[in-house]
Amino acid sequence: MKKDLLSIDDLTSDEIYLILDTSEAMREIGQREIKKVPTLRGKTVVNLFYEPSTRTRTSFEIAEKRLSADTLNIAVANSSVQKGETLVDTAMNIEAMQPDMIVLRHASSGAGHLLSRICKSRIINAGDGMHEHPTQALLDAFTIREHKQRIEGLKVTIVGDLLHSRVLRSNVRLLTKLGAEVWVSGPPTLVPTGIERFGVRVSANIDEAVADADVIMMLRIQQERMHGAFIPSLREYFTTFGMTTTRVARAKPDVIIMHPGPMNRGVEIASDVADGPYSVILEQVANGVAVRMAVLYLLAGGAEVD
Amino acid sequence: MAVVMDADRIGRSLARIAHEILERNHVVEELALIGIRRRGVPLAKRLAQAIHDINHVEVPTGALDITLYRDDLMRTAIAAQPVIRRTEIPFSIDDKRILLVDDVLYTGRTIRAALDALIEFGRPKAIQLIVLVDRGHRELPIKADYVGKNLPTSLTQSVQVHLSEIDGRDEVEILES
Repeated sequence: MKKDLLSIDDLTSDEIYLILDTSEAMREIGQREIKKVPTLRGKTVVNLFYEPSTRTRTSFEIAEKRLSADTLNIAVANSSVQKGETLVDTAMNIEAMQPDMIVLRHASSGAGHLLSRICKSRIINAGDGMHEHPTQALLDAFTIREHKQRIEGLKVTIVGDLLHSRVLRSNVRLLTKLGAEVWVSGPPTLVPTGIERFGVRVSANIDEAVADADVIMMLRIQQERMHGAFIPSLREYFTTFGMTTTRVARAKPDVIIMHPGPMNRGVEIASDVADGPYSVILEQVANGVAVRMAVLYLLAGGAEVD
Repeated sequence: MAVVMDADRIGRSLARIAHEILERNHVVEELALIGIRRRGVPLAKRLAQAIHDINHVEVPTGALDITLYRDDLMRTAIAAQPVIRRTEIPFSIDDKRILLVDDVLYTGRTIRAALDALIEFGRPKAIQLIVLVDRGHRELPIKADYVGKNLPTSLTQSVQVHLSEIDGRDEVEILES
């Protein structure tokens, strides 16, 4: 493993499988009466969050505590000041207190790479702007593998706001690396240009995209990142791209429906799909803790010197 | 390289240990075998079978991975982390007499870690230690209750246990390094 986990590109497929296998062992700890092992005793992990987050921050914090690390949460309200300098200053100050790892969530793409260059601490990217959210893709892969016993050869359809989604970018990198057939679908205004170069099939027709899919992954309409008219209205969006039971029926009979959360019910996903029998949305959340424990454990060891 | 135990010898040692277990523990229903990953696990299963062959009682078996409890994790800045395997103890260890099984007893640090790990699953009535080979050189005050073979070694040697379930053959050998 490299020093930091900033992008799925930092991982070989062997390392991805190592993380998934380690996550299996970590999940067992969460089923014990005493959900704690002494592994990271004496290590300090700083959770530095420049963007609001419930799931990811809580998930990381539980994972850190189950491994007995000392954790510290810094929630920095998002501001429009020159982010580069502020982030560097904050990081230098945190670094001066000698933490072992920094878990960073930031609204700017590449924020983790910036910290990586100036910090000796290991950096885990917990979401940087529209770039990547590697631990989300890893927990998605873990959930898929649990249900399908494999990833290679599966048809995975990702639907929604592709443009603003770091979850999409991490998932596309990971799933194509492991040999899945990835389809993406969304309104043309929300499809990033050149996405085909990542080796995915693009279709503006959701019915075609979900046909015979093994996995459907819904993405949130990110209204907070939309500074322009990307879609006519939320209701129209739901009609054209919302996941309904009718659309689910076009996929494979054992399809699983995923969503990284937070969900906009009635916008990208109908409530009866979100709460329905195909939904593994809450399993994703549960698996997140085990996967993050695996990442923390594996990164805490030695790193390749590069 | 010298073979110090062959398949026959390993089989007879395990059979003898099974008898010793029953000799020392009168309430068989209280017993449970927990193997330390990796090679303690098949040994625990074989002992359960040996006990069953003697008195037709099923002793439950489990598997313990002690990696997360090791005292030498993260002491080097270069090595990659050891692979973690699943811990599977599908029964309560409370008030049980736990028979902890490992292949080689050496410094005692693995057993120290195993004791720490086990205590988090409950409060057993007693823990007894079974090893196939005791090669000496203890660094902690730990002693096995049942030993397949005492094997005096030097620190430059290493003891390799091969079991058919994992390695395709039953053999214990000493390697000079």
